[in-house]
Amino acid sequence: MSDVAIRAEKLGKKFIIGHRAEVGSVFVDVVARGFRNALRKGTDMLRGRAMVEGDTVEEFWALRDVDFEIKRGEVVSIIGHNGAGKTTLLKILSRITEPSEGRLSIKGRVASLLEVGTGFHPELTGRENVFLNGAILGMTRAEVRRRFDEIIDFSGVEKFIDTPVKRYSVGMYARLAFAVAAHLESEVLVIDEVLAVGDAEFQARCLNRMSEVADAGRTVLFVSHNLAAVTALTKRAIVFQSGRVYFDGAIDEAVAHYATSLRKVKNGGNWGKGNTTSLISAMLVDASGMPTDRYEPGTPLRLRVVLETSGLRGMSLELVLRDEHNLPIGFYSTNVFNQVSLPGKPGQYECSLVLEPYWLASGEYCFDLMTGLTYVDTDHRVDNALRFLVERCSPDAIPFNFSQAKGNGALAMRLASPVEFTELPAAGQEPKPGPG
Amino acid sequence: MSTFDPDNRPLILEAGRADHQYWIDLWRYRELFFILAWRDVAVRYKQTVIGVVWAFVRPFMTMVVFTVVFGSLAKLPSEGSAPYAVMVFAGLLPWTLFGSVLSEASISVIGSANLITKVYFPRLVVPLSTVVVALIDFLVSLAILAGLMLWYGLVPGWQILLLPVFVLLALMAAIGPAIWAASLIVKYRDFRFIIPFVTQIGLYVSPVGFSSKVVPEHWQMLYSINPMVGVIDGFRWCILGGDSPIYWPGFLVSLVVIAVMLVWGAHAFRRSERAFADII
Repeated sequence: MSDVAIRAEKLGKKFIIGHRAEVGSVFVDVVARGFRNALRKGTDMLRGRAMVEGDTVEEFWALRDVDFEIKRGEVVSIIGHNGAGKTTLLKILSRITEPSEGRLSIKGRVASLLEVGTGFHPELTGRENVFLNGAILGMTRAEVRRRFDEIIDFSGVEKFIDTPVKRYSVGMYARLAFAVAAHLESEVLVIDEVLAVGDAEFQARCLNRMSEVADAGRTVLFVSHNLAAVTALTKRAIVFQSGRVYFDGAIDEAVAHYATSLRKVKNGGNWGKGNTTSLISAMLVDASGMPTDRYEPGTPLRLRVVLETSGLRGMSLELVLRDEHNLPIGFYSTNVFNQVSLPGKPGQYECSLVLEPYWLASGEYCFDLMTGLTYVDTDHRVDNALRFLVERCSPDAIPFNFSQAKGNGALAMRLASPVEFTELPAAGQEPKPGPG
Repeated sequence: MSTFDPDNRPLILEAGRADHQYWIDLWRYRELFFILAWRDVAVRYKQTVIGVVWAFVRPFMTMVVFTVVFGSLAKLPSEGSAPYAVMVFAGLLPWTLFGSVLSEASISVIGSANLITKVYFPRLVVPLSTVVVALIDFLVSLAILAGLMLWYGLVPGWQILLLPVFVLLALMAAIGPAIWAASLIVKYRDFRFIIPFVTQIGLYVSPVGFSSKVVPEHWQMLYSINPMVGVIDGFRWCILGGDSPIYWPGFLVSLVVIAVMLVWGAHAFRRSERAFADII
């Protein structure tokens, strides 16, 4: 018998997606559209198909022609930007969804962790949830009981183990949930982004636990955006792009390929041209210079912009930062803010910009890029040139995630000095007469 | 979590592949079944003031209303010498069991969307586990019935020993349509609105508030196509004994309908469950 644990052959997964056509607000048109859609949904139902919202439908391949082999005991990371097909692959691997074509064969029991705390019930206590979650992940009660102390120990919430989890803080909840998952016994372990929980200390513990798992000879598939973790944990990576395997091999090369795949997707190779200057590509990088699409609030915001100039003097590079409602929330100009112009010598340049740390609320952001003479003329403008995501914003280690969705804006404001309260005399009360 | 394969044969995942291991898998996931059921039971009466008393109040009030409306106002006949209230309650028991399994199980799958999109398990575990809560409520109602019979000084005959058979039958009658509806609701939420309607109408169409003997003789056969007619008659026969003989040909029709719906429901559920995670 060969020692291949997982083999994918021509694996593909198709979705049907709907698009909403532009229809005016004329009453007749709206009613006609309603009828058309109801008719189409009705026929879908009669034919036993799932219905799709929208006016026109289209096939979308989330994964296509995917081939790979993973040997028993190998630790492999799966990397790719959002929408590259990683999660779809994990869902097929963990049997949540079925492939549309091709086949996947797996040897041994698969434990998959697509989310921590799946099925946790807020009304139940921590102890009860450990058993519930264990059963959902496929552990028997005997197995959970055997490892119960280990799990509680790992989570560090033993004081609250008999409290309903709805009273837990986000961090405690996540720690308990990861603790259960980390003690699963299986031959193949599939992990998706679970390291995005808890504080730095707990994250380190998670990473440790995962390398233990790997050392114990189990096959591990690890999906992450955290390139540092990926590099530390795995030797081999499979890079996905647009549903296909873009690269499969050693981790260092894979990370480099991931960078190019990011660049490719970001600019699509076609940003057009300006008259005297042209923006070519842009990316966000982390502290080690690796391309990323995540930003950790409170760290410098690092950008690399590739552009071409004809050498015209006085040209400026400018950025507009927008929140998820596409509202501008920040502006930067090399000319106006720093009296720095684009180089006077014609050619292509990579411009590295390091902006000071911001406490951006979690959610999506994008940058518009511009070249030109500030307030006078724009030469080349690329809207929505660079998108990035903030996963969690907890300034000063607050126990919750400040998010754009809260409706309080995109910036968590911090104090320069502690809050002070000075008591004032109550309204309507006469000021006390001074002594004497 | 995937199947554990003792023979170390690889698990093959392919489009449209029939899973021969399904029923064995279902058995392996029995712990999940119990724990989901236990979860539902444990949280059922949390943050309520009178807690489990609710399980008494609802069936008791329904029984009172039905006895007044059908027995006292409409003056429908009871069965033999049995008090009307007992006759109503003997019909209400299986109907409530049927109705709550049908309504809970059919929406249970979309209610567990977070589980279904995140972990693998035989999806049938979800609707099946809702049966336990309904059964517990049923046992509470059964205790009320015992009290009621004590009040009237009724002693059940030997037929009461067959009651578990009819409880099982009521469950099977509910599970067939429930899992079919559950798989349909995942695709078309329309059925979410249809099921409450069915249980509401069914309460009056089935012989719950009245005796099935009220239905004219020549319609009995047709009436028995409603599977709950056979089940309710069976319950009354068990509880009231000789006062309520079963109409056997009609009972057989009900049995056949129950069996057909069960097989059809399981088939429909199995066929569509593989795509649940994609469309839920």
